[in-house]
Amino acid sequence: MTIETTTGGVLVLILIMTLVTLATRFGGVFIMSFVRISPRIESFINTMASSVLIAIIVPMAFGGDAGALAALAVTAVVMLTLKKPLPAIAAGILAAALVRYSLQSNLL
Amino acid sequence: MKNAAYPYQFQPAKVRSELIRMLPISLFVVAFGAAFGLAAVQEGLGPIESLLMSTLVFAGASQFAAIDMWGAEVSVIPVMVVVFAINSRHLLMGASLYPMLKDVTPAKRYGILLLLTDANWAVSAQEYQSGRRNLEVILGGGLVLWLAWIVGTWLGVYFGGLLQDPKSLGMDMVLGCFLLAMALGGKKNPRVLVAWTLAAVASLAAWKWLPANTHVVAGALAGGVVGYFWLEKKPEEEPAEGAST
Repeated sequence: MTIETTTGGVLVLILIMTLVTLATRFGGVFIMSFVRISPRIESFINTMASSVLIAIIVPMAFGGDAGALAALAVTAVVMLTLKKPLPAIAAGILAAALVRYSLQSNLL
Repeated sequence: MKNAAYPYQFQPAKVRSELIRMLPISLFVVAFGAAFGLAAVQEGLGPIESLLMSTLVFAGASQFAAIDMWGAEVSVIPVMVVVFAINSRHLLMGASLYPMLKDVTPAKRYGILLLLTDANWAVSAQEYQSGRRNLEVILGGGLVLWLAWIVGTWLGVYFGGLLQDPKSLGMDMVLGCFLLAMALGGKKNPRVLVAWTLAAVASLAAWKWLPANTHVVAGALAGGVVGYFWLEKKPEEEPAEGAST
């Protein structure tokens, strides 16, 4: 099934994307309302929560360029030493920009 | 008694302070949004359509993926599959907030879930690990992130041509660095480290061998299994929940 990207068609597509995304925002909570929260389930969702972060970041690091790797490494080091998120994030972004800048100027 | 069934009370002052706390990261979201707005008009979306998509869908990575599949005609099922796969992490994120969300009325519960996104969820989930209940950041933080995403899209649509390559400024790494900082700021014990290791291995395996965009859910579930079988010993906080069940 395809939809032509006329004005009406685009609106329908946006609406479909909205509903699919809404289903993901609501779905997990909706399902949990039928689950009895035992200590085991509580432990499952707690470890799952921080594992979501790891599961986003690790493939990002492996699939990324040198700048991405530098950003994540510097963020990790600053976060573990200073324990403050904002300086850690800022340092990470700066590292990505610097690494990419220096790689680019070497290539040119 | 309403208050007995839904004991979580929203503090308006805290909603405001969480909104302000998420302002710095929102500035980066504006830059992301601008990149999306630019990409959207380049793929042939109109200005209003781009803004409408950001306003209603409010899920950046899936929006980028969808406009990547744009053309004179768009196949509906592939778009739905990709959007669902990329956003399926919301299912787990929402579920992880359920212990707090069950303490607010269903209307508020699903209302604030409209604003659920990576950054505000990461803050709330990490604070919950440290024993603090913070749904205000989902509401206040979500509002400012949503507005930033819309404003950014608007800027990209109309002034995108002026945009420097956001990647050369490291802007594509903002969310990754933010989420990493949240993860490392949370509780770390052998149980969590084993869960993270398994999550990392599973997400990499899924990223390599499973269909695209399944790696987050695969890794998160693998980490969750560790928690399911390895219970944390709670020193004295034995829950006296006999009456509630």
